[in-house]
Amino acid sequence: MLTKRIIPCLDVTAGRVVKGVNFVGLRDAGDPVEIARRYDLQGADELTFLDITATSDGRDLILHIIEDVASQVFIPLTVGGGVRAVGDVRRLLNAGADKVSMNSSAVANPDLVSDAAAYYGSQCIVVAIDAKKTDSGSWEVFTHGGRTATGMDVVTWAGEVAKRGAGEILLTSMNRDGSKDGFDLELTAAVSDAVSVPVIASGGVGNLQHLVDGITKGHADAVLAASIFHYGEFTVKQAKEYMASQGIPVRI
Amino acid sequence: MQTIAIVDYGMGNLRSVYQAFHHVAPDANVLIARTPEEIMTAQRVVLPGQGAMPDCMRHLKESGLLHALLEAAKNKPLLGVCVGEQMLFDQSAEIRSGAHSTWTKCLGLIPGDVRRFELAGKLQPDGSAYKVPHMGWNQVRQDKKHPLWEGIPDLSSFYFVHSYYVTPQNQDDIAGSTEYGDWFTSAVARDNIFATQFHPEKSAEYGLKLYKNFVSWQP
Repeated sequence: MLTKRIIPCLDVTAGRVVKGVNFVGLRDAGDPVEIARRYDLQGADELTFLDITATSDGRDLILHIIEDVASQVFIPLTVGGGVRAVGDVRRLLNAGADKVSMNSSAVANPDLVSDAAAYYGSQCIVVAIDAKKTDSGSWEVFTHGGRTATGMDVVTWAGEVAKRGAGEILLTSMNRDGSKDGFDLELTAAVSDAVSVPVIASGGVGNLQHLVDGITKGHADAVLAASIFHYGEFTVKQAKEYMASQGIPVRI
Repeated sequence: MQTIAIVDYGMGNLRSVYQAFHHVAPDANVLIARTPEEIMTAQRVVLPGQGAMPDCMRHLKESGLLHALLEAAKNKPLLGVCVGEQMLFDQSAEIRSGAHSTWTKCLGLIPGDVRRFELAGKLQPDGSAYKVPHMGWNQVRQDKKHPLWEGIPDLSSFYFVHSYYVTPQNQDDIAGSTEYGDWFTSAVARDNIFATQFHPEKSAEYGLKLYKNFVSWQP
């Protein structure tokens, strides 16, 4: 049976892993290669690196980090942040990324999704969507690290990128990110039920039951978390054992 | 020192396959092969593949490596991975959009076809819909004993990303199967050829073990 994936997420800037709350207030969480190796040993199914660097100087660093990680860690690596053109996709894949995630640039230029998928295959194109709940109960797509409202509906946009060839959707609830209150399950289920590609739930994990809920109630194919792993609250192995005890198929 | 040639016909990224072989065989000459000579002088050949089948077949033909690869397939240990596995078969249902034929012709080294998952309307045991591509870690049932399975427990999980799968004509060629909606063939073995639908280079410990087994395999 296909197992549900647990994906630790590493936000990287200036060569270090950091973690913020509601997209601001960064704390240092350590060396990316060291952290990647630790999660691999704990049984992580995949790793996601988000380059949250604002400068182009810092941006080149992520290529070296991915090269280092890819030579030592043999599980799938997804890299996102600052991907603006098909050439950026190529550079990241050449550095050792298996999948490349795009967010703001996909909204600005949806053809980027179609072009990258046509050239490199859907399997390596992930579209990340940052979602914020609206007063009317739906969700709006935000870009630029959550600073720019787009007026676009999240479920509609998810369907559009899937149609354009995105192989996977990384769905982050901005309201829950860093809150430790659990995933926005309504949002996760709405998107997961609407698209035919796998959905990764992200934003808000504070305990292991939240991971279970993301799968059982959010219908996610994979769950992503950062802080519960970075600060040693739980290991990936503990998370998987708990999920298995709740009847979720995981690779142990 | 033996040379392991990873066939580079210009489709996608071979770095992770290269890194994994480098890791399990530090004493071998692991080579990303771009010339027929590099394939012909190697002791072992790896055929990776990603992207769409029509592009893979076209690039392989245009690369000038096709003949050397077919020669190697006669007697050298050959390992196909993902689309590299599918390419070994007769034909694939993955066609160029607008193509007239219903099949893309492949290498014809193992009898059988390549088909797409048709899972619309089917539900997973937890009630959710099956998604295509089949993406993630899934178990592989070892259908026959083979040196490449050595030291890998039956039903170990490997990493998959694909929308098409092979359907071998001969039961004997099936080395492993995986369940996704239905059982499909996830590994094949025939004489000096072994191939996997999953990505050993992304499958942690047991994936590396399979590559290590390939490095010392004497078919």
